[in-house]
Amino acid sequence: MTMIDVAHLDKTFVTVRQERVHALQDITLAVREREFVTVVGPSGCGKSTLLKILAGLIPASRGAVTVAGTAVAAPRRDIGIVFQNAVLLPWRTVMDNVLLPAEVQGLPKAQATVRARELLAMVGLDEFENKYPMELSGGMQQRAAISRALIGDPGILLMDEPFGALDAMTREQMNLDLQRIWQESGKTVVLITHSIPEAVFLADRVVVLTARPGRIARIVDVPLPRPRGLDVMEDPLFGRLTGEIRRLLYGRTNGSSKAPGGDLS
Amino acid sequence: MTITIDNPRAAAPDLPTRFRVLMRTRPEFVLAPALLVLIIGVWEFSVPYFQVPNYILPTPSDIAMALWRGLDAGPLDRGGYWLHAGVTVAEVLLGFVIGSGVGLLIGTVISQFRIIEATLRVYIVAIQSLPKIALAPIIVLWFGFGLTSKVVIICLLTFFPLLVTSMAGFKAVDPERLELMRALGARPWQIFWKVRLPSALPYIFAGLDMAAVFAVVGAVVGEFVGAQRGLGTLILSMNAQMDTAGTFSVFIILAIVGILLHKGLRMVERRVLFWSGEAERVIGT
Repeated sequence: MTMIDVAHLDKTFVTVRQERVHALQDITLAVREREFVTVVGPSGCGKSTLLKILAGLIPASRGAVTVAGTAVAAPRRDIGIVFQNAVLLPWRTVMDNVLLPAEVQGLPKAQATVRARELLAMVGLDEFENKYPMELSGGMQQRAAISRALIGDPGILLMDEPFGALDAMTREQMNLDLQRIWQESGKTVVLITHSIPEAVFLADRVVVLTARPGRIARIVDVPLPRPRGLDVMEDPLFGRLTGEIRRLLYGRTNGSSKAPGGDLS
Repeated sequence: MTITIDNPRAAAPDLPTRFRVLMRTRPEFVLAPALLVLIIGVWEFSVPYFQVPNYILPTPSDIAMALWRGLDAGPLDRGGYWLHAGVTVAEVLLGFVIGSGVGLLIGTVISQFRIIEATLRVYIVAIQSLPKIALAPIIVLWFGFGLTSKVVIICLLTFFPLLVTSMAGFKAVDPERLELMRALGARPWQIFWKVRLPSALPYIFAGLDMAAVFAVVGAVVGEFVGAQRGLGTLILSMNAQMDTAGTFSVFIILAIVGILLHKGLRMVERRVLFWSGEAERVIGT
């Protein structure tokens, strides 16, 4: 079943100086239920804009976005979102931060608290529910933010470079954990990243965008078996896929002429 | 080392040792009081040594005597300090609460509407830079010699710090927090109570700190201009009688009022802003 359906999406901004910026052009994409799709592209290609349109935070200029059968016009409860920064409210405990969407949406508190405990256990923060954000590391803050995005049990999780601010080792650990969380929770995930290995490691399909205006250069299937460990990065197929995406993004790259790319995509 | 776990008294070091440890770890705890004692000592002995007349500069012991005489009086004694201090504290508290309260309220309301905020900004900045204390004589003329005129002067002085800092605070709310709330589908009042107001609190407390200082200044100046009671009138009459030691002792009372107000605010601030690290604290005082 198609969970997210994007058809001929266009986005044009008008800047303060009255200049028109063509951010996205003719994006057509269908994300299946429980699928993990990652989006990579050069910086400024409109990746984040695409995610904000999917989340209903900004309107599209042209084209249609349908989520779970209905058009997206405003932020909705069946979509959870995780930003690059955790954006936890520093005056709230981890538990109260996770409960924030439930409060805003008027969900019963007792039920939400039980669910928040489950989510915090799932992300490995069960002993930190009474701590304040400043007492957590960057990776732990982002785990709390993921719990917060899942508290309303949305079918879809949108993630905007969620691990971009973390160091490389924390990032790999978070990738492993996110894969597990995705498999346990059965969500449909769209994740924006500028890291090609991260995109391939996590994805069922990688959407490669071109530089501005962002168009879909290609959608790359990742047929690597799951669950994937970090050693999957040594798999020859992993190398071929990252190489192919790199060539799509940079054009022909030096020293990688041996990597065959023709039998993919 | 002997085992002294079951006898805590034996583990406590003797006094000279504790002094040496203190000197090594926190020397300012010893040196700062020592400096004060030194200054007061030099002051005490140099006044008679250089034959400075008492009405120009009294010795610390003269000031202490005047302070004692003023505090020894009954609570309703017009010559004592209690009555006047009570009046001044009442003016300060009333003026501070009303003035900063109204400033905070208006600043908050203005900040919620971008057009109103942008329209009024230029006037607010202009008025803020005026020396409003110069209006004290007119306000005494309008509201009389009683409590009201002093409260109005203090309101005028404490209103603007809160107006300006609350507007700055609401303007400085992290846009990421607002976007998060929008993504959650929050209503405007939810965004206000859950994000905007808490985010603006560090600024608001900086404004309250400023307003507390202005409140004491406003009370004293108001009483200088025209009043029958209060520490400001006491200073005026003592000055007329060349009772300089008395004037200094009243200054000490005023300083204590100001410090207590500041300390009280800091206590509230520490409880409310426990989450605000060095980065979020606006003006450290």
